[in-house]
Amino acid sequence: MKRTTIPIRQANAPSAAFEYFSTKKDEFVGWARKFSLFPYPFVTACCAMEFMAVSSTPYDTDRFGAALPRFSPRQSDLLMVVGTLTHKQAPVLLRVYEQMCEPKWVMAFGACATSGGFYQNYAAVAGIDKIIPVDIYVPGCPPRPETVIDAIMKLQDRIAGSRHPIITATF
Amino acid sequence: MTRLTLDTRVKATLPDPVRPAFERGERDDAVIVNIGPSHPATHGTIQVIAALDGEKVQRVDVHCGYLHRGFEKECEDHTWHNLIPYVDRLNYCSGLINDFAYCEAVETLMDVEITPRCRYLRTLLSEYSRIADHLTCVAASLMELGAMTAFLYLVMIRDYVYEHLADLTGARVTYTYGRIGGLARDLPAGWLKRLNEILDQYEVFVGRIHGLMDRNRIFIDRTRDVGVISTADAINWGFTGPILRSTGAAIDLRKDAPYLAYGELDFDVPVGIKGDNYDRYYVRMREMDESVYMIRQLIDLLPEGPINVDDRRCTLPEKHLVYTEIESLINHFKLIMDGPDVPAGEVYTAHEAPNGELGFYLVSTGGGTPYKFHVRSPSFVHMGGVQRLIEGYQLADIIPTFGSVNMIGGECDR
Amino acid sequence: MAAAILALMQQRLVPAGGEASLSHGMLAVVVPPTDLLGAVCRLKSEFAFDLFLDVTAVDWPKRTPRFDVVYHFYSTTHRIRVRLKTRVPEGEPIVDSLVSLYGSANFMERECHDMYGIVFRGNPDLRPILLYEGFVGHPLRKDYPKLQEQPLVPYRT
Repeated sequence: MKRTTIPIRQANAPSAAFEYFSTKKDEFVGWARKFSLFPYPFVTACCAMEFMAVSSTPYDTDRFGAALPRFSPRQSDLLMVVGTLTHKQAPVLLRVYEQMCEPKWVMAFGACATSGGFYQNYAAVAGIDKIIPVDIYVPGCPPRPETVIDAIMKLQDRIAGSRHPIITATF
Repeated sequence: MTRLTLDTRVKATLPDPVRPAFERGERDDAVIVNIGPSHPATHGTIQVIAALDGEKVQRVDVHCGYLHRGFEKECEDHTWHNLIPYVDRLNYCSGLINDFAYCEAVETLMDVEITPRCRYLRTLLSEYSRIADHLTCVAASLMELGAMTAFLYLVMIRDYVYEHLADLTGARVTYTYGRIGGLARDLPAGWLKRLNEILDQYEVFVGRIHGLMDRNRIFIDRTRDVGVISTADAINWGFTGPILRSTGAAIDLRKDAPYLAYGELDFDVPVGIKGDNYDRYYVRMREMDESVYMIRQLIDLLPEGPINVDDRRCTLPEKHLVYTEIESLINHFKLIMDGPDVPAGEVYTAHEAPNGELGFYLVSTGGGTPYKFHVRSPSFVHMGGVQRLIEGYQLADIIPTFGSVNMIGGECDR
Repeated sequence: MAAAILALMQQRLVPAGGEASLSHGMLAVVVPPTDLLGAVCRLKSEFAFDLFLDVTAVDWPKRTPRFDVVYHFYSTTHRIRVRLKTRVPEGEPIVDSLVSLYGSANFMERECHDMYGIVFRGNPDLRPILLYEGFVGHPLRKDYPKLQEQPLVPYRT
């Protein structure tokens, strides 16, 4: 007699051994990627001061592997939008984001990048997520360096737990 | 192997937000290079379109405005008190100087005289902010030349300054500490003792920078005779501040038209010889030393007394009175909701900011919000003249020159 | 010393029918737009106002002429400032440009043109500087709504 249950998985699911192997691969690739973040500091405004502080010796991001900035979008994977985004700057941000290669993550650093801050007028974009998708939002005006480090750690947790298809679309 | 696709959700044509001044250089084989606006060494948001002949810059077109946040329009909607956080974010490296210059402009309009303790404390904190700004400028420009160690030393001492100011004001970078008629709060206990410690440590750190940079062959080669400007040229193109002083002219608002407590202090105005990048670096280093000297004098001169002037028109009443007396409650309510009532008139007040002359032109038609709020920002005027410093030199010289001009985006574009 | 210079300026600069006033310690002179370039030339040559600080405009929508174009100058030798104002109507907001006298006038006039629409006759380059190509309107005028954005990139949905 044929069962009429709704399957949890797709019909031709891969085997359990394959799933185990790909999960381990994801963990390994996630571990490698999270501890070797190359930020692209898209710096515009006052949050730059805290970015300088968090990259230097008092609150080192080098401990988390996220210290070396790569000022080319092709060579970086974490786009940190630091400061207010204005309408004049928006095409530039979009172009930089589109030039980055996968995998890429976006951090909205500061209140202005998250939601426009307290600039509600003709010139400022109300948050960069109107233009590009954002992975982590860092509140503060400007955020304390500890907040930024906390955000990097949360982003690293997310990277560690996500799927990393590197050879095919599913593996 | 399947290819991963890029994110194609947004299909937008990207219009070019600027129109460059030239399509081709003076010679047909000139190469047009675009530097910025997202560039590590342009301090954020300046676009420089340069026509190059080999490595030499023939013509340059500077575009600013990528951080124009509508500050002046925004301020017309807020009360005189409410807009102090916006004022902070002009020259964000030295937030306190913006606060105090603005508060002084409004106090002039209202004809309010601040208390002596407030005057000396504002002077002390202005000089403290000046140190933080010069530290940031020198650190960034040295890092762009490759001197990473110098950057790390200077940012370390700057971090001590930030933490110390966070003890006083609550924030590290954008303080919102000035109030019309005074300051937000008085010094906490032990603040001056820590200040003395930081000034001693400052001398150690800056001594190391002098040792690393002053006679460094590479640094001298990259900055001496690069970006030279004469005094007459500098004044014609509107340069003020360390750039003007590096040409040899001792023009400083703190000496020429003393405001706050500068008239009572003993300090020198460092000037340069040639007006090149090295002179600007050295003028800033010496100005920091002069600021430390001024702060040490001010610590001794600081009088006791109230911080805020006892004037109902602008000073918030004390909290215990607000909660017990109806008059204070209404006074507090009116000051917060409507803003202090500033009589009609206009004023232009300028302070010597670390970049030059920072001026506030305020027009009031009575009432609690400004009618017109204009900032004369030194960085913006410098951007108008920076092509004189770049044209004729090499492409690689743009980096130290920009670093020495200290363009701050928030102030340039407002 | 400063008072003597101010008195001399007040006497020499104010044309017949012009006004001068002392506003919080600064002399403010109003000249008609046709006399502007001549007055600034004299400020620079006779009274040594060598540093051009600022040009901006104030919008009085209910008044004719509508705009007040305001200039500030500083003299490094006499160490005083002066404010010069001229009034232009809305239909013809044209004043002479000061680029022939001061190099710094270039950028500042571009900004005033961007924000208010004041045309500076003689400025070779009145492109938008703080705003961008394609921005319609002059935001600091009182009739431009503060929240009216003109995005260059379409928003994600």
